[in-house]
Amino acid sequence: MPYQPGDRVRIRVATPSGHYRTPTYIQGKIGVIEAVHGAFRNPETLAYGGDGRPKQTLYLVRFDQTHIWAPAESAGSAPFCQNDRLLIDIYEHWLEPVPEE
Amino acid sequence: MHDHDAPDSHLPIEADAELTYYEQRVEAIQALLIEKGLLSADDVRRAVEDMDARSPAVGARVIARAWVDPHFKQHLLADAKAAIATLGIDVDTWSTLVAVENTPTIHNVVVCTLCSCYPRSLLGVPPDWYKSLNYRARVVKEPRTVLEEFGLELAPDIEVRVYDSTADMRYLVIPQRPAGSEGLSEEALAALVTRDSMIGVTQAQEPSP
Repeated sequence: MPYQPGDRVRIRVATPSGHYRTPTYIQGKIGVIEAVHGAFRNPETLAYGGDGRPKQTLYLVRFDQTHIWAPAESAGSAPFCQNDRLLIDIYEHWLEPVPEE
Repeated sequence: MHDHDAPDSHLPIEADAELTYYEQRVEAIQALLIEKGLLSADDVRRAVEDMDARSPAVGARVIARAWVDPHFKQHLLADAKAAIATLGIDVDTWSTLVAVENTPTIHNVVVCTLCSCYPRSLLGVPPDWYKSLNYRARVVKEPRTVLEEFGLELAPDIEVRVYDSTADMRYLVIPQRPAGSEGLSEEALAALVTRDSMIGVTQAQEPSP
């Protein structure tokens, strides 16, 4: 598997026809590999009677909330705080490497 | 946000709604399978009964054990299904399960923005609000606002971690053991572990004094 915990990755931007499990809100965002779950069958072919092979490595990817969303404009209590994170499971073919800054 | 009953929920259903396209399709497939002898109506009924019988009590039992047994908790965090199997619970048909622990500095909450992925084996059928567009769309974007609507206010320095379970993993939150629960039996501890505390929209209940 090309990615290890701690690696920076960008979620690919794409809208393939059919069933895919990478929400648009996270596409194009940069996160960090939190964990490697292992290899699982690909839902994009599994959903249509296929065998889901080749399997795809599934990763847990961690994002800073402050990176995903624009700062809130409302005067009310904060929708999220500086340290808050979002973690999401993403299959390998949706990840792109991001060089270290 | 909460799953209050509709005002007329105690009334009997006098007229069933017309079947949707997919309901009709399911009924047609089921009728064919029964006609071909691949399964019986009783098989279907039993499967539905099994699904409806699952309840958060299974999850609560697991959490209570994790609270009293540090070795079990470490096992649960490292390999949740294997740890739960040691309690004599049959995990063979379960999806891969990941347990995440709330601490004084981290609070975890689970959602499935794409549909309604949920650890049904441990928690039973998900509440309607978990499947609602409102919860799914908002808890990833304004988690603290949503948690406040559930009555949970967290200090700004606590890290809120929202898990969007989009794939094969199912997530279980291990709530913090409440203060004042030191002398309680494992059974009494399990009674403090609610469904919502294992989704992460609230804390475990405090023991009554």
